[in-house]
Formats: sequence, structure tokens, C-alpha cells
Amino acid sequence: MESVQRLNELAISDAGFVFDPWSGATFNVNPTAKLLLDGLKAGEGRVALMARVRNGFEVSALTDLRRDVDEFIGLLKEFGLLDRDFALSDAHG
Amino acid sequence: MADPRLATVAVTGLNATDNPGPGMGVIRALRHNPEFKGKIVGLVYDTLEPGIYATQWVDEVYLIPYPSEGIDALSARLHYINEQVGIDAIIPTLDSELPAFIALEPLLKGWGIGMFLPSQAQFQLRSKARLIELGKQADIDVPPTQILQDVKDLYTIHETLGWPLVIKGMLYGATICRNVDEAVAAYHKVAAQWGYPILAQRFLKGEEFDVVAVGDGQGGLIGAVPMRKTFLTDKGKGWAGISIRDPALLRITERFMQATKWRGPCEVEILKSTEGYHLIEVNPRFPAWCYLSAGAGMNLPEAVLELSMGHEVTPKTEFVVGRMFVRISLDQIADIEDFQALTTRGELRRAQDKVEP
Repeated sequence: MESVQRLNELAISDAGFVFDPWSGATFNVNPTAKLLLDGLKAGEGRVALMARVRNGFEVSALTDLRRDVDEFIGLLKEFGLLDRDFALSDAHG
Repeated sequence: MADPRLATVAVTGLNATDNPGPGMGVIRALRHNPEFKGKIVGLVYDTLEPGIYATQWVDEVYLIPYPSEGIDALSARLHYINEQVGIDAIIPTLDSELPAFIALEPLLKGWGIGMFLPSQAQFQLRSKARLIELGKQADIDVPPTQILQDVKDLYTIHETLGWPLVIKGMLYGATICRNVDEAVAAYHKVAAQWGYPILAQRFLKGEEFDVVAVGDGQGGLIGAVPMRKTFLTDKGKGWAGISIRDPALLRITERFMQATKWRGPCEVEILKSTEGYHLIEVNPRFPAWCYLSAGAGMNLPEAVLELSMGHEVTPKTEFVVGRMFVRISLDQIADIEDFQALTTRGELRRAQDKVEP
């Protein structure tokens, strides 16, 4: 619950500059990560997040999108932006 | 009741060095309100405290005796200064001088000088030596801390605190030590600089957050702004920081206020580790970075001035998150006449000498 609230409070500029008002930490994210953050803030699950990336970018058939999305979630946990026990739903929404 | 915007306010801690006193932050916050038309009087211990020469911020300056000279010397000097300028309020900003100002509060009140300070009991309770007791009272986690009776204690202390640990003076100084040799060296350094007692605290790895806050003296919070340091000097002092909104930091600050019924300004230092939030220290005065509170829209020094002068202040809850401060070192050009006035007469009455066009 706190994870979603914290993500929703992230300030994300168009240029991909992210400010976490809870910790004061700042990050720069690329367009893919920004797209994923937007999806997470909207409460989307893994399938929806993968669809977002496919629709927004050219994705090669060899790309393991599931792994990439999970890695990104891991990174958010590492930076304290998501709770350690946060689990991404496999549901679409 | 006098208008705080027209008040003559005396402020200490004009030592704006690389380890700055909070005085200039307080003064800038008071002047941050364009309606402030009062007078700022600097109370200094040394003729080269940089704030003395900040002519745009400080109107008059008086030397005051060091705390070691005792309360009588301070009250006599304040009596003289009050006769010269008519002080409405004093905002002391240095740990070492606070016991004397707290003791003088009733006397100064009789002279018409207001202050908004903790009681001696509150001041003692938040001392580093009693942090564990405070933690229990306020239900706040505190790292294990031990008062060192003798340097010999350092040879067995790892059995309770482990390595590394932090050696601290009662008022100032904190050194992270990884072994006995480093701890012994830190012990002697702190003892020589700040005296006894000396404390050892378990070192916790994590990120430090600080909260500038003002307590109403009845267990409530007048206002608080949490901050994360984003740039540190080699002395570990924050050279840049940003206001943040972690609710846990405000909860801890509120619990501290409830438990102590703290009256006046303070800085709550909190460490966030993987195990949670720990109270590291409570400084009994404004921190040097307190101007950030004014910059973030919650002017806490102004609130303390109003409270010092007997005004009621409605608790403040709103501030801008993500407001930054970045310190700067600048060389001020100073008149030797100002230096001369302080060294020969112990006072600098800039406003009086000002020639109107």
C-alpha cells in the first residue's frame, strides 16, 4: 500500500528527472523507465507494463521483456521506491 | 504587546565558518519577511565572527563573555546592551551558551526581553548521555550508547557495542572509530576540545535525516521541516540539502515533543537504516540550515520570535517539499573601523553611525 502511495508521490519531469519527496533522492530515467513508472503509478500489472513497452518502442523478438520489467522492479526496490515485498501482479490491469 | 516586525532582536552564533553557527540562518529567516522592519543585534564571542561584517543583515554587534565566565558576567553584559539598544527578544543559537540563557530567562523577562527556550530539565533530558532514557520515554528507537568513565573502557567496549562505534562529546564532535587505537585517539581529541563526559554509541549504517522543529512547550509541535543532506563537507556538515516529506520523520519529531514538552527550537537527527529509524541526537537550538524553513514557506525562526514576544502562533503544517539550500563561501570586504570598534570598545553600532543621505 505504502509502495503505491510513494510511487504516486514521485515527481517526474518530461525530461525524465525524478524526485522522491520522501527521501529527497533524485534520479534520471530513460524513456522506457519513465513509461514503466507511469504504468506502475497507474497500478498496472506485468502484462500491461510489457504491452506499454511494446506499444511505445520497437521491441525485437529476441528481447525478454518479462525479465527486463522484473529487473526494473528490482531496481526500484533497491532504491527504496518500492517495498521489498512488493510483487508485480500477472494480471493485465 | 509589541509588534515582532518592529522588534530589536539579539541573535548569537554569527560564526558562519565552514562549521557554521546557526545565527546567520536565523537572521536571514527573520529578514525573509519583507514586513520585518526591526533591528538585528549580533551577540558575538570573537571579533572575527564572519556575521559581524555582513552589513546587510546585522545592524549592531556586541561582544559577550564566553560561557566559562559565568552567568553573572553574561547578565551584566546583557544589562548594558539592553540599556543601549532596548532588546525585545534574544534567540540564542549555541549549545554551550544555552544553560546560562535558560537560567537568565526570568531575569531577562523582568527587563522586557523575551526568549522561547526549553527548561533546564528538558535541556538535560535530550542530552546525549540521557538519549536512551529519552528513547524509552518517547518510544523512539535509539542506538545503544554508553558513557565512558575512563579511557580504559574502550578496551572492553566492543563486547557491548561492537566495532565500528562513534565517539562523541557531550556538546560537539562525533568520530567513527573502527578499532581501539582510533577510539583512544578520538577520546583524547574530544576530551581536549570539549571536555568530559565522553560517550560511545553503536555505529549504524544508513542515511541521516534532520528535522528543524519548534515545540510549543506543552507537548505540541509549532512546525517542522525535514531535510536530507545532499552534500557534506569533510567535517560531515551539510553544505547542501533538500526539504523532504517522509512521514516517519515527522512522527518521531511529534513523539519527541509529546514526551519532553519541548519549548523552543531544536534539530532532531534521525538515522534510517535497514532496521528502521533511529534517533541519533537532539540539538537544543536551531540548526545552521534553518533558513531552509523560511525558504520552504514555514518560517520557524520568525515563529520563535513571535513566541518569544508572547504572541500566539498557530501550528504550521504546510511547507514546500523539494526546496534546496546550497551554501556558498564568499569573501566579505570589511571596514577596519568596524573591526577596530569591536576590539577597542567591544561594540559596533553601525545603525547609529549611518549617515542618512
